[in-house]
Amino acid sequence: MKLTKVSKRNLITYGIVIAFYIIIQILNLTGNLSSHMEGLLVPMTYYSIVAVALNLTVGILGELSLGHAGFMCIGAFSASLFSVATKETMNGGLRFFLALVIGTVMAAIFGFLIGIPVLRLKGDYLAIVTLAFGEIIKNILAAVYLGYDEAGLHISFKSFVLQGEGKMLINGAMGIQGTPSDSSFTIAIVILLISLFIVQNLVNSRDGRAIMSIRDNRIASESVGINVVKYKMLAFVISAAIAGTAGVLFSHNTSTLTATSTYFGYNVSIMILVYVVLGGIGNIRGSVIAASILYILPEMLRGLSNYRMLIYSIVLIVIMLINWAPKAIEVREKYVTLLKRRFAK
Amino acid sequence: MTLLDVKNLSISFGGLRAVDDFNISIEEGQLYGLIGPNGAGKTTAFNLLTGVYKPNEGIIKLGDKDITGLSTIEINKAGIARTFQNIRLFKDLSVIDNVKVGLHNQFSYSTLSSVLHLPSYHKVEKEMDEKAMELLKVFGLEEHRDYLASNLPYGQQRKLEIARALATNPKLLLLDEPAAGMNPNETGELMETIQFVREHFGMTILLIEHDMKLVAGICEELTVLNFGRVLTQGPTKEVLSNPEVIKAYIGDE
Repeated sequence: MKLTKVSKRNLITYGIVIAFYIIIQILNLTGNLSSHMEGLLVPMTYYSIVAVALNLTVGILGELSLGHAGFMCIGAFSASLFSVATKETMNGGLRFFLALVIGTVMAAIFGFLIGIPVLRLKGDYLAIVTLAFGEIIKNILAAVYLGYDEAGLHISFKSFVLQGEGKMLINGAMGIQGTPSDSSFTIAIVILLISLFIVQNLVNSRDGRAIMSIRDNRIASESVGINVVKYKMLAFVISAAIAGTAGVLFSHNTSTLTATSTYFGYNVSIMILVYVVLGGIGNIRGSVIAASILYILPEMLRGLSNYRMLIYSIVLIVIMLINWAPKAIEVREKYVTLLKRRFAK
Repeated sequence: MTLLDVKNLSISFGGLRAVDDFNISIEEGQLYGLIGPNGAGKTTAFNLLTGVYKPNEGIIKLGDKDITGLSTIEINKAGIARTFQNIRLFKDLSVIDNVKVGLHNQFSYSTLSSVLHLPSYHKVEKEMDEKAMELLKVFGLEEHRDYLASNLPYGQQRKLEIARALATNPKLLLLDEPAAGMNPNETGELMETIQFVREHFGMTILLIEHDMKLVAGICEELTVLNFGRVLTQGPTKEVLSNPEVIKAYIGDE
């Protein structure tokens, strides 16, 4: 079968991810991976996944979302609740699979509910509403108490005492304790590959073209009979769902899940947006690479203590210049054509 | 048979009656021109016909179907496609993808198939490619299929917009100043293209135009709008020699 340009480009993306996975595994087996670095692998992967999800909203649909940490939060908490509740009764593999499904579906439902009013509007309302949504979700989940005992299920914004046999599921600001550590680097990479597969396939399909046509010119899109609200919704719900899946990986990678700003605040949403912008808006592969590098970098620079964030900011500016400055693009394209010619020979 | 029948169409913006008591009747297969000085309400009339604005009064019938007050999307599905005065292409999509967006409602497969690229995806996409290439060939754009739409020269962007409109399989094609910004050579070529589209697809065409050479050259009948009202209607020659029309364009002596 002859490969089209597009499917070749997609295969290269999968190839990069798989090659990275193999290199890490080799480093790990030969004992060249510090335990600190090993601990960063899963977070790096789930932030790559959220970046891919956000790029679907920002780059492909052309709407700004500032609440993707909120969708992660929904996925994380719903899946953790399920896992904690069924920890004793269900075997690990099936439980984690169901947890992934639940987190994904819950985030999709919330994406849908937000989308119903907001995606009908023209303009930047989505950014405002998602920003508020992320903060509301985080604050509610940081304040709610949920537990069950002989008298049944209790939910309250005040702490309460359980009667007899029972268990606290969400313990206010203490969050959910004892989520099983089901996430692994391998599973995270598999989910990253599935997310890439879904988003890249979608972009090259009838639905994807409709979504991009709305981004490019909404009025023209309607004039050729594209149902604008439907396709905006489709893109946004898929984007929210994938962010939810990343949230499940998050919560099953840490035993204590708390809804704090460090993990689910709007600054996290903006950090993910930074990954997307620097990786190239609409460039799915770029999101993965940018998210990986920019997540690892501050960790690698820990030794420099106070200068860490200074260097990080300089790197952000340099990447932006390399990506977008006309001169840099010129130089880059020159070398790319040179390389292509060499390979063609 | 009458394809488009518009009666007493009116719309006001605040105190301004932008289109007032507009009547037009277009036969199937006709090439009809809508002319008038700047600000006469021609584009507003187009926006009413395509559902961008909802009329305050009046009835729009396409064939036997009453399409008054329907949404842009429904009107396109009913059979009216249009181009825009200021070109509105999907600029970051390729030339062929622009046409394939136009084909969106002619072909179908499920969203699941979109995401997983099931066999139905490959089958339908191939059909869409063939159909899109057919249309691109009509406009001599087949060699530019993988260009970004924004990288096409101006004249070809106009053609691509017509190709995209035709892809929605309309009964009636509305062209809003297709020759705007074109040099005489390009305009001549465009006239041939419009004629060809009409014969090849058996298309009924309503066009807005300021270029009188083009209007006189291809339109059979004209409606002249002035200050939102119909000034006169009839066969092209008669209308263009009407002193009222000349006055509206050039002003009083």
